[in-house]
Amino acid sequence: MLEFFSNPLNQICYLPLLGALVIIFFVKSEQTRAIKIIATVTAGLDFFISVPLWFRYLPEGEQFQFLYEAKWIPAIGAQYIFGVDGISVLLILLTTLLGFISVYSSFTAITHREKEYYVFLLVLQTGMLGVFMALDFVLFYVFWEVMLVPMYFLIGVWGGPRKLYAAIKFFLYTLVGSVLMLVGILALYFYNSSGLAAIGLPGLGHDPTFDVRVLFQIGPGIPHGLQFWVFLAFFVGFAIKVPMFPFHTWLPDAHVEAPTAGSVILAGVLLKMGTYGFIRFSLPLLPHATREAVWWMVGLSIIGIIYGALVAMAQKDMKKLVAYSSVSHLGFVMLGMFALNPHGLSGSVLQMINHGLSTGALFLLVGIVYERRHTRMIADYGGLAKVMPIYAMMFMIITMASIGLPTLNGFIGELTILVGAFNRSVWWAVFAATGIVLGAAYMLWMYQRVFFGELTHEENKTLKDVNLREQWTLIPLIVLCFWIGLYPKPFFRILQPSIERVVRVVDPDYLEGRAMAALPSLPAAPANAPAAEGHSGEAGVEHGGGQ
Amino acid sequence: MNMDLRADLLALLPELTLTAGALVVLLAGVGGGGRRHGGLAVTALASVGLTAIALKIAVDVSEAGRLFFSGMFVLDPFAVFFKVLFLLTAALAPLLSRDYLERHDYRPGEYHSLVLFATVGMMVMASGTNLASIYVGLELMALSTYVLAGYFRREVKSHEAASKYFVLGALSSGVLVYGLSLLFGELGSLDLAAMAAALGGAERTPTLLTGMALLACGFLFKVAAVPFHMWTPDVYEGAPTPITAFLSVGPKAAAFAIFLRVFLGGLEGLTPYWVWLVGGSAALTMIWGNLAALTQDNVKRMLAYSSIAHAGYALLGLLAGSELGVQSVLFYMLVYLVSNLGAFGFVILLESRGYAGETVADYAGLARRQPLAAFGMLVFLLSLGGIPPTAGFMGKLYVFAAAVNAGFVWLVVVAVVMSAVSLYYYLRIAMQMYLREGQEGEGAEVLAAPWTARAIGVCGVFVGIIGVYPAPFAAAARTTAALIGVTLP
Repeated sequence: MLEFFSNPLNQICYLPLLGALVIIFFVKSEQTRAIKIIATVTAGLDFFISVPLWFRYLPEGEQFQFLYEAKWIPAIGAQYIFGVDGISVLLILLTTLLGFISVYSSFTAITHREKEYYVFLLVLQTGMLGVFMALDFVLFYVFWEVMLVPMYFLIGVWGGPRKLYAAIKFFLYTLVGSVLMLVGILALYFYNSSGLAAIGLPGLGHDPTFDVRVLFQIGPGIPHGLQFWVFLAFFVGFAIKVPMFPFHTWLPDAHVEAPTAGSVILAGVLLKMGTYGFIRFSLPLLPHATREAVWWMVGLSIIGIIYGALVAMAQKDMKKLVAYSSVSHLGFVMLGMFALNPHGLSGSVLQMINHGLSTGALFLLVGIVYERRHTRMIADYGGLAKVMPIYAMMFMIITMASIGLPTLNGFIGELTILVGAFNRSVWWAVFAATGIVLGAAYMLWMYQRVFFGELTHEENKTLKDVNLREQWTLIPLIVLCFWIGLYPKPFFRILQPSIERVVRVVDPDYLEGRAMAALPSLPAAPANAPAAEGHSGEAGVEHGGGQ
Repeated sequence: MNMDLRADLLALLPELTLTAGALVVLLAGVGGGGRRHGGLAVTALASVGLTAIALKIAVDVSEAGRLFFSGMFVLDPFAVFFKVLFLLTAALAPLLSRDYLERHDYRPGEYHSLVLFATVGMMVMASGTNLASIYVGLELMALSTYVLAGYFRREVKSHEAASKYFVLGALSSGVLVYGLSLLFGELGSLDLAAMAAALGGAERTPTLLTGMALLACGFLFKVAAVPFHMWTPDVYEGAPTPITAFLSVGPKAAAFAIFLRVFLGGLEGLTPYWVWLVGGSAALTMIWGNLAALTQDNVKRMLAYSSIAHAGYALLGLLAGSELGVQSVLFYMLVYLVSNLGAFGFVILLESRGYAGETVADYAGLARRQPLAAFGMLVFLLSLGGIPPTAGFMGKLYVFAAAVNAGFVWLVVVAVVMSAVSLYYYLRIAMQMYLREGQEGEGAEVLAAPWTARAIGVCGVFVGIIGVYPAPFAAAARTTAALIGVTLP
C-alpha cells in the first residue's frame, strides 16, 4: 500500500479522488465554504505535485517513466500499469492546471448543489489523469469510461436550458465509440495470445496480456486485415472523442449546455483524450493501417478545419462559436498527426496543449460575462471595451493566441503542423492555411462585435470589470501562452524522443531521409494507395472499403 | 451398496438440509405463528446458512469427479459454484421480502418455504447429469415459482402474472420434455455422458435435430430469450417485487446452468447445428430486450426487459463454448445477480403507493431527499449498464472476451452497441434522481426497511469489490469451469 502511494503518478491520479471522498464523508452540503476550500486545495495540491514531473522526466531516458506495475486480474492478464512518456507528461500537466482553474473559477458560477458539483469535478479529474497514465488496455478503458459519468452529471445538473438532451447525447455518443474500441482491444489481445479461432486467425501464443508495451512489440507484425479492423474500431472511439468531422455533432450541444468549468474541462482535456488515443495507440500499434488511412484521415481533418471555421463564423452565440472553433482546431491537430513526421506530430501534440490553454481561457472569458449578464449572444454585447478594459485586453490576448499570432502559442503549434503537412503535400498546407485565415476572420469579427463600437445595451453600461479571482483564473493561462509562443524549446525537448519513437514505427523510412518517397504520394486515386512497403492485395481492397 | 447410498446421501446433504429447513419454516408459519415476520425470515435465513455449511461438508467428504445416484447427480465445482449463487439468492430473498410482506400483510410462512423449495430445485438442476434428474429439479423450481408469482392473492396483477407464468411455463416444460423424448428415442439414453458418446456415431437424423431444437427452445424459454420472452414483462410486473427480484436471478441462473451442461456436455457434438439457433436468438435477445426497455415507464417492466437483454449477453459465453466461455457465463451470472438484486431492492424500497408506485417518475429528485439511496441506485444501474468501475463492466469484459476469442465478433459488436443503448434507459432513472428537481409531494419516499437495506448493502459491497478487484471471483468461476463434469474441447 505504501509502495503504491509512493509512486508520483498514483499520488497525482488519486489525490483528487481522495479530496472528493473527504468532501462526501466529512463535509455537510450546507458548508459550501469548506467544500470550496477543500476542492481548491486538493486541485491546487494536485497541480503542485504534478509539476515535478516536468523536471524529473528524462526525455532521453526510458520510453515510459515513473512506472508502477502491479497484478490486477491475473486470470486474463490485465495489469495495473501506470507510466508516462513526454506526450503524457504534458497532457497531465495541462489536466492538473485546468482542473485547478476550473475548480476555483466555479465559486460564483455554481450556486446550488455545490457539494455534488465539486465531488464530480474531482472524480472527473482522477478519471482523466488515469487515461493519460494507464499503460494497460483494460485499465485505460476503465478510466476512459469512468469519466463519462461525472461529466454527464456536470452537464445534466448544472448545465443550460437543454442540459438533459445535451448530457444524454454526450454520454451515448461517446459510449458507442468507446465500446467499439473495446472490441478492437479484445481482438488485439487474442491475436497476441490464443488467436481468434472461428475466423481462422492463429494467435502468436504469447502469454495473454493487455500490457500496451508488449503489444507495441508485435504492432508492426499484425496482419494487415486485422490492423484495418482494429484501426477502424479505435477510430470510431477516438474520432468521436476528438471529435473529427462527421462525428462532431455532440460537441456543440455539450459545450454550450455545460457550465463554464465543464466546458473548460471538455475542450481543454476531454477532447485531447481522443487525439491522445490516436497518437498513443493507433499509430504505434497499427502502423500499416495508419499509413493506409492517411488520406481518409487527412481528408476528414481538412473538412473539419474548414467546416468548423465556416460554421463558427455563422454563430450568434459566443459559446457555440468557440465550440465550433474547437472542431476546426482539432482538425489541425489531426492533420499534423497524420502527416506522420516529427514536425507534424510534435506540432500536433503542442497544438493539443495550445488548444487546451486558449480554448479553456475563451470559455472562462465567456463565462465571466455570462455570469454578469446571463446571455451569451454576441448581439447583446458591443462596446464592452469601454466598461471592462482589463477584460477586453485579456480577451484580446487569448483571441490572438487562438488565431495564431506570432509570439503566442498558437503560432508555434500551427507553424510546426504546417511544416509537417507541407512536407507531405503542398495541398494539405494550402487547405490548412485557409483554415487559419478563416479562424482569424471569425475570432476577430466576434471580438469586434463584442468589444468595439458604442454601448448599445443599457445593462452593459454598469458591467463590472474582472475581479481579482477572475484575473487569476486567466493569468496562468496567458503566461503559458506567451511562454510557448516565445520559448517553446523545452516543450519540444520533452516531446522529441517520444515523437521519434512513434515515427520510427509508423514511418521508419522518414528518419533515414527517404521521407518523401515513403508515404503515399498519390493525389489522384487515394483508394488505390500504394503505401510504404509490404503490400498485400487484400489490404488495398480493405482500404477502399474503409470509413 | 450400503456405502454407495451413504455417499449418495452425503452428496445430497445440502439439498436435504434445505428441504428440512423449508419444512420447518412451513410448519412454523402455520397457525398463530404465521404473523411472526422477523422470526420466520430468520429461520429461513438460518436454514440457508446451515445449507451452506452442509455444502461445504458434502464437498469435503465426497470423492472428486464421482457421480452419485447411478450417474444422475454430480457435485463438481461447476455445480458448487451455481449452488453458492443460489444460496446467495436464497439468503437475500428473505431479507428483501421481510419488510415488504409485513407492509402488505401477507403470511410469510408459505412464502419463505416456497422460496427455499424453489432453491432446492435449482440446486438439483445444477447437479443434474441426466436429463431426468435435471427435469425433476426444473419442475420443483418452476412449480414453486408459479405459486410465488401469484402469492399476493388480493392483487389482480399478481393473479395475471401467476396464470401467465403457469400456462407458458407449462408449455415450455412440455416442449422441453418433447425434445428430450425425441433425443431419448434417437440416442437411447438420457444420461449426458452416454448421449455424448452415442452422438459420436449417430446419424444426424431430422428426429435428432428436432429433439435438439425443441430442447434448445425450452431452455431459451427458461432463460427468457427472444423470441420466447413474452411472458417475462407481464410476470415480472405482476409478481410481488421481491419475487420478481428472485425470479430474475435465481431461475435464470439455474436455467443457464442446465443450458451449459446439456449443450456443452451432452449435445456438444451437435454444436454446428445449435450454434446458429442460439446465436440468432442471442442477437435478437440483445436487440429487442434493449429496444423494448427504452419505452417502458414502469421500472419493473423496464428491469424485466433489461433482464432479457442480460440473458442475451450471457448467451454469448455459451456460444463461445470454450473454457473461457463457461467461465464468463458463471462470472456473469454472479455479477448480474448482485447488480440486479440491488436494483430491485431499491424498487422494493420505493414502492410507496401500493402496487402502482413503480414508475420512472417516482424517482424524481431522489438525490435531493435521499442522497445515499440515489447513489446506491446509480451504482447498480451503472453496473447493469456495464460502466466501470462496477462489477457489470468486468462481467461484460469476460463474456465479450470469450465471444471474440471464439470468433463471434459480429455478435460482440451487436452486444456492445446494444449495451450502449441500454445506458439510455438506465440513465433515465439516474436522470430522474439527479437531474430533475422533483416537486413537493411528487416522487416516492424511501421507506424505512432495515432488512431490505441490509440486503442492498450486501449487493453493493459485491458490486464495488468485483468492479475494482475481480480477480478472486473470476478465479472461482475459472476453477469451476476447468472441472466441468463433462469434457470440453
